[in-house]
Amino acid sequence: MWARIFALIVKEFLAVLRDAASRTVLIGPPLIQLMVFGYAASFDLRHIPYAVYNQDSGYASRQLLARFSGSPVFRQVAVLRGDAQIAPRLNDKSALLVLHIGQHFTRDLLARRTARLQVLVDGRDSNTAALALNDVGGIVLDFNQQWAAAHGQRGPPAQLVTRAWFNPNLRSRWFIVPGIVALLTLVVTLLVTGLSVAREREMGTFDQLLVTPLRPLEILVGKAVPGFVIGGLEGGFIALVAVLWFHVPFVGSIAALALGMFFFLLAAIGIGLMISSLAVTQQQGLLGVFLFLVPSIILSGFATPIANMPEAVQWLTRLNPMRYFLIVVRGVFLEGSTVPVLWSQYAPLALIGVGSMSAAAWLFRHRMA
Amino acid sequence: MNRLRLRGLVRKEFLQILRDPSAIAIAFVLPVFLLLLFGYGVSLDAHHVPLAVVVDQPTAQTSDFIGSLQQSGYFEPRYSPSFKVARDALMERRVSGIIWLRSDFSREMLAGKTAPVAAWLDGVDANNANIVQGYLLGAWQNWLQLQADEAGYALSIPVRVQSRIWFNPALRSRDFLVPGLIAVIMTLIGALLTALVVAREWERGTMEALMASPVTMGEILLGKLVPYFLLGMGGMLLSVAMAVWLFAVPLVGSFWLLLACSALFLLVALGMGLLISTLAKNQFVAAQVAVIVTFLPAFILSGFIFDIHSMPAVVQFLTHVVAARYYVAILQTLFLAGDVWPVVLGNSVALVLMATIFFAIARRKSRKRLD
Repeated sequence: MWARIFALIVKEFLAVLRDAASRTVLIGPPLIQLMVFGYAASFDLRHIPYAVYNQDSGYASRQLLARFSGSPVFRQVAVLRGDAQIAPRLNDKSALLVLHIGQHFTRDLLARRTARLQVLVDGRDSNTAALALNDVGGIVLDFNQQWAAAHGQRGPPAQLVTRAWFNPNLRSRWFIVPGIVALLTLVVTLLVTGLSVAREREMGTFDQLLVTPLRPLEILVGKAVPGFVIGGLEGGFIALVAVLWFHVPFVGSIAALALGMFFFLLAAIGIGLMISSLAVTQQQGLLGVFLFLVPSIILSGFATPIANMPEAVQWLTRLNPMRYFLIVVRGVFLEGSTVPVLWSQYAPLALIGVGSMSAAAWLFRHRMA
Repeated sequence: MNRLRLRGLVRKEFLQILRDPSAIAIAFVLPVFLLLLFGYGVSLDAHHVPLAVVVDQPTAQTSDFIGSLQQSGYFEPRYSPSFKVARDALMERRVSGIIWLRSDFSREMLAGKTAPVAAWLDGVDANNANIVQGYLLGAWQNWLQLQADEAGYALSIPVRVQSRIWFNPALRSRDFLVPGLIAVIMTLIGALLTALVVAREWERGTMEALMASPVTMGEILLGKLVPYFLLGMGGMLLSVAMAVWLFAVPLVGSFWLLLACSALFLLVALGMGLLISTLAKNQFVAAQVAVIVTFLPAFILSGFIFDIHSMPAVVQFLTHVVAARYYVAILQTLFLAGDVWPVVLGNSVALVLMATIFFAIARRKSRKRLD
């Protein structure tokens, strides 16, 4: 029996890696994407283009504006000379925000009246707009504190002091890069398994496989092993790059991550093989891969928090292996999670894995084109 | 180019589509399924953020402050007996933040000093923490103003920010995510429809039969393009209809302009699929390439969710080869801002350029040759 399975495993590896193009696709693009996405996928604002329309000639407005031009978040692109110039700047996206300071800004400040800084924001990308407004608020808050102290004004009766745990500077890269580890591991695994049965069905070789002494369980093992080896190696390598290249802190235990990856691969391979054995043609297999891949990334908490989703959708995410693996990866990287803490994530992954694998094995025999 | 031959090829392709309904599923089921999931599932607006509240010494001022957090609608304050209990709740992710009002809060406030409101946030999801921090700041400032109004003193705030948000005044994230989503979905539809069709003919050997007939390679490619273009436009119309009527995203710009730009983008997406298919000549490899080059780049590098300005210069440069980038800019502008010609024209030119390049390479690489 082991000899049979071993022969099948060799054949499956050959099927995936024999073709030079397929080999390249499996190894090259995921690593390139890791580098590009690692830098691209970030919610940290930088170089936000803004225009200034300053009608005040006093020193206070210049002091305030100097804080903006000195901030890495903002980049001044234009100085406007009239109301009419505001709309075109925002419309054609050459500036995300316009800072408008009225004539009496310095005079009001010196007279201890509240001066106004008008901020006009392009709300098309609402997340960037909200974050940029937060940063504007932060700069103005600092300015106010310093001004009040310098001019002997009484501060507000209460002061908000916020700190962030686990990620003190709120760098979203620390949050996103571990997510990319999970993302690319999923993609590679699906590439290896998602079409393997569909291709054999379309070519007719799967029927031949079924009349050999191989039992469905043995076929399952043979089809799953390449996914494990390739997905595991690449996932491990990507995690290594996250630590060594992107300098994401790794405070948890390697064993916790390895165990999580094992169960995640089990679930992903099971689903990949299930899709693949449901499909009669490779076109259907490809459709199935996308129908699984896209929602599993969107509804995983990779970019948008699960807590913001409606109840019904939140419930749906419980079927999504990515959801659990993201908690494992982020927990191990940032919070120092260990194996005992993460059993609540491993168990559902194992359940999904066993369920989908059994479904795939059943489908091998019961779905014939 | 012979019209009769072309019509025959288109008819053959349609018959193939009808036999394996997966193409129809791609054009119509995929967009509905994904838009429903995304439209309802994806949101960057935090609401009812659970906060643990630790009050060392309850007074009128403290309950006033907590009450104003609750009334803002963004927070769900839950009282905790001690900071340690609150910290455990944060560790177990039952709350996203902690507010701690120390015992001297009221005393300092009444004495005219500045009393600290200490807030801790779970920073693992940095974006969410940032947004929550913004809400917290807003709620705190509103409360300060209210206190000052009630007590009848003028709050000394040197500079006050007065923000006006254009195009999406309520900053509803759905209004910007749904148009961007149409771009992601159209990228998938375009590539999925055509990525395998030429490779399939090579793999099954029917390409050789086609070569032996008088049809030219240009006709074969066009014959592949026409049916899938029609299917794709159907899927596009369905997506726009759902965006406008189901998700109530305002369509400020012109519908016909949207249609024209979408047709252009669909050509790029189909062209990319045809190119993959032509180069791979093998469905397995074509499918792998399609998975790799379509979804993730369109998701991450298009400005759909991650701001392009904030990326490093090299990565910003790379985003120029992602067609979805241009379409996302057009869609967000047409839906929310209106017919802003500089945005529409600039991005359309880029799309025309990409379509031309894809089709030119596909045409060059498909020769009547067996090797």
